[in-house]
Amino acid sequence: MAANNTNKISHCPWALLIIVISLFTTVEADDSGRKILENECVSCHAISPKAPLTLKEIQERKGPDLSSAGIKYKQGWLIDWLQNPTRIRPAGMFYGNHIKPGKKNDEIDTTSLVKHPHLSSEDATSVAAELNTPKHNQALVKAGDYQPGSISITLGEMIFDKFKGCLACHQIEPGYGGVSGPEVYTAANRLQEDYLISFMRNPQAWEPKTFMPNKNLKEKDLQKLVHYLRALSQEDFQ
Amino acid sequence: MKSSFLIMICSILLPLAAAGASPSSAKDNYKTFCVQCHGMEGNGKGINVVDMSTQPRDHTDAKEMSSRTDKELTKVITEGGQSINKSVLMPPWKATLSDEEIKGLVNYLHQLCKC
Repeated sequence: MAANNTNKISHCPWALLIIVISLFTTVEADDSGRKILENECVSCHAISPKAPLTLKEIQERKGPDLSSAGIKYKQGWLIDWLQNPTRIRPAGMFYGNHIKPGKKNDEIDTTSLVKHPHLSSEDATSVAAELNTPKHNQALVKAGDYQPGSISITLGEMIFDKFKGCLACHQIEPGYGGVSGPEVYTAANRLQEDYLISFMRNPQAWEPKTFMPNKNLKEKDLQKLVHYLRALSQEDFQ
Repeated sequence: MKSSFLIMICSILLPLAAAGASPSSAKDNYKTFCVQCHGMEGNGKGINVVDMSTQPRDHTDAKEMSSRTDKELTKVITEGGQSINKSVLMPPWKATLSDEEIKGLVNYLHQLCKC
């Protein structure tokens, strides 16, 4: 039977050629995301786990660490954003390198901000698929930690701003809020809910010298804040 | 014998590792954690202040700053604004900075206010 199959293939060299070509094409397609990451993204992003960053390294960092990307980002968002990247941190990364004294208060030095490269649809899909793999710090994220629920925008904002003071560093809508941290009105589009809970619960477990302070949030407040971020992500701010 | 030697080495090295890297200078810590609200010049005019309901303390204001004791300054950096009945917008930094680093920041505040 096996001999029969071999004979069939040897009688049909085109079939053999197509099989070989398709094998190579598949390997190349699987590889392309990794190649882009290793050749292009590494100039600004760490893609493999590093020891906790020193303050100097935090100050020199140009882009988020991707070594936990598989447990941090939402795939669909990555594919869209990589094709049409927008600024998430109004003052860039690290904010201290993109500020200047202004008339009333310090201002963002927009001339120093660097735009993220645009990827083609094909490359964005390959890179996003590759970013599903790195899962450094997985032990910090418990699947199902976030319990879906809801909260009104008004109550959510009260917790976020008045009770917890997060508005100091984060924007809750375009042009409203602090600018040193990432905008949060897109956070639930970008980030997995279980990751959000874990990071807000203990930012220093992820990065000891992060300038996201540890507010000692209670579990019920963590849940409410993620409800709020999800509600914000549904708002139309255009 | 061998294992007791290893235990001895570990007992020396582990506390050192747990203590982490040497403390950062107060100026570097200020630049990273405080400047975003208190400003590049420490004058309370950081990039985040525009939509704040309470404006950050001007660290160059000798009159205001000298009304605070070192104990209060240490407490507010460590536990946040609410711990001294001030704004929630000032977060606690005890999870980020060591006691030694917070002490360094309190000394740095004296330099900024020249008081």
